[in-house]
Amino acid sequence: MKAQRLIKLAALFVSVVVLGTGNAAQSSTADHSTFQELQGPFGSGPEVTQACLKCHTEAARQVMKTPHWTWEYKNPETGQTLGKRHVLNNFCISVESNEPFCTTCHAGYGFKDNSFDFTRQENVDCLVCHDTTGKYRKQPGMAGLPPVQPLEWPPGSGKMARPVNLAEVAQNVGKTSRDTCGACHFFGGGGDGVKHGDMDSSLAAPETDTDVHMDATGHDFTCATCHMTKGHAVPGSRYAPTARDDGGAMLRGKESDRNPGTCQACHDNDPHKVARLNRHADKLACQTCHIPKMARGGVATKLSWDWSTAGKRGPDGKPLITKDAKGHVIYDARKGDFVLGENVMPEYRWFNGTVNYTLLEDKIDNSKVVPINSFEGGPDDGKSLIWPVKVMRGKQPYDPVNKTLVKPHTAGSDDTSYWENFGWEKAAAAGMASAGAEFSGKVEFVETEMSWPITHMVAPKGQAVGCAECHSADSRLAAVPGIYMPGHSARSWLDKAGWGLALLCLVGVIGHGGVRVATSRKGARK
Amino acid sequence: MSERIYVFKVFERLWHWSQAALIIFLLLTGFEVHGSYHLFGFERAVDLHTIVAWTLVGLWVFAIFWHFTTGEWKQYVPTLKKVDAMIRYYALGIFTNAPHPFRVTTLKKHNPLQRLAYLGVMLFIGPLIWITGGFYLFYDKWVEWGWDRYLALDWVALLHTAAAFLMLSFLIVHVYLITAGHTPTAHMRAMLTGWEEVD
Repeated sequence: MKAQRLIKLAALFVSVVVLGTGNAAQSSTADHSTFQELQGPFGSGPEVTQACLKCHTEAARQVMKTPHWTWEYKNPETGQTLGKRHVLNNFCISVESNEPFCTTCHAGYGFKDNSFDFTRQENVDCLVCHDTTGKYRKQPGMAGLPPVQPLEWPPGSGKMARPVNLAEVAQNVGKTSRDTCGACHFFGGGGDGVKHGDMDSSLAAPETDTDVHMDATGHDFTCATCHMTKGHAVPGSRYAPTARDDGGAMLRGKESDRNPGTCQACHDNDPHKVARLNRHADKLACQTCHIPKMARGGVATKLSWDWSTAGKRGPDGKPLITKDAKGHVIYDARKGDFVLGENVMPEYRWFNGTVNYTLLEDKIDNSKVVPINSFEGGPDDGKSLIWPVKVMRGKQPYDPVNKTLVKPHTAGSDDTSYWENFGWEKAAAAGMASAGAEFSGKVEFVETEMSWPITHMVAPKGQAVGCAECHSADSRLAAVPGIYMPGHSARSWLDKAGWGLALLCLVGVIGHGGVRVATSRKGARK
Repeated sequence: MSERIYVFKVFERLWHWSQAALIIFLLLTGFEVHGSYHLFGFERAVDLHTIVAWTLVGLWVFAIFWHFTTGEWKQYVPTLKKVDAMIRYYALGIFTNAPHPFRVTTLKKHNPLQRLAYLGVMLFIGPLIWITGGFYLFYDKWVEWGWDRYLALDWVALLHTAAAFLMLSFLIVHVYLITAGHTPTAHMRAMLTGWEEVD
């Protein structure tokens, strides 16, 4: 397995080095390294953007309309204002007051607090998505800016951040790739594979078994092959996913407002040779059978995060860090206890595409598990399908007086950040003040749950979930209401009555036969 | 002295035994699909159950044709005459070596209880199985044909399974009653060779 992987990586390396960066570079009509505007030297990211915008006059305006820039999404279905600037999760909890770290993954420069000016075009970061060199990187803590000279970071740490040669990167821009998208999306939640369960660094050059579409030595899809982007608007959002697509395959070249990233957009609604399987798709999302497990690429995903145990110190007085046998951190004093897993079976939910969030202004019931988000849907609404989801569980801080979740100030080297000072009250007060939200001054912990639809890491068809994994007593779909599954859903009274009747008949005939044998012997003796 | 009469013709015997094999196999695969045990594996059990079901449908088409063209359907016309005698025989007489109250002839192959039982199988259990099984087989088409507005899979499955339990119960009693002819092996011999010895 490992050897196979090495060979595949080697093959990939050879193909990239010998053949160049592939079709993207070959198919482009422009060699950006010859452009006068890109010769540099560039003193900062925004200087590069200004150069880009000289030719790509509309690019920044386009980007600025998208959630990659706004970090905001108004859900027309629910009326909720979502997006990274507003929602909470049960990983690092919230962006508020932690911007310089979180905005390392903002497609912009200088988003260091909530006073960021979202109208300045030069602050759009072109390179983070269009780099082809692999040398572009933004430094956590620097609000999305790439270091341009050797820099001690964090200040006083003695660690030097490697500078980025902006001119080199700018001269080698190209289409987005699994690497550029993955630089953020593989590492959501603060580390490789942490957040999604179906996206991690194994997708940079995946094997067939990990992702049949992205398979680096096979179909070799990029993210944008499915997330086919027009005018920088990347389709396919988990804030408003397409839970059910009855539209069939999309005709290439035909203008359409449909999400091009659904399975059906390529595979149509009846892709199986067996009609029975096609009809399964009346109730099941394709992903339910075709993504048998999450985190299949060798990178573990986080399944649970308990903030309530954070703050322990080891015998040496230093913040404690514990690792498991595989080297995964399972306790970090700054963050609490973690549970991680590879090859994890998803859970299953009816889902119609509408997601409701528990936002900062929403009152919570601390006697129950608080749903950070909840999926709408059911068996009878005609819009829902059964989806695989990663359910992230945990405990996180809340305000027991105001009955709201809190947005704590975690990251930073000031005197209120939790990771520096290990004081929840101060951290929560700072975060809530930044958010302009009421805070009682008290912090307790509440159990929370958050659902993430699973849609990446589609397995080869031979590895799809087998019939008996659902059509059996211990069905994968045991917890899903409103479906009758032969082999699973039989009513126990029918079985009792049926087997009872058969048993009665059997006992009856055995008894009858026994009496016959006995009486005939008697008769014989006479 | 006993005489021998030719009761079951070749087609009848062929029909009977192939139907028996198919029904037993359908019960075997059907109760696996139902989730009662693991034998072939769910997927294989479904495939086998489907194939065998269609085979039995084909056999029934032939059998129905045969019964009507030969007039043999009359064998199943119910009668209450001597039913009481049959019940008394199975309940009492059989234990005391009383004579079998029914005398097989080529015009009356089945005793009155058999007539009633087989008619019940053919007019009640059979149709229940075939109608629900048909709905089940065409589940894929329900939406296309608009049947999903009137049918629910759990009810179809429930009735189909209930009918299967009835068929299983019939089978158990039927197998036992092979031995309840005027000699313990008379029925079996008749269904194997076609010839029945009568007093």
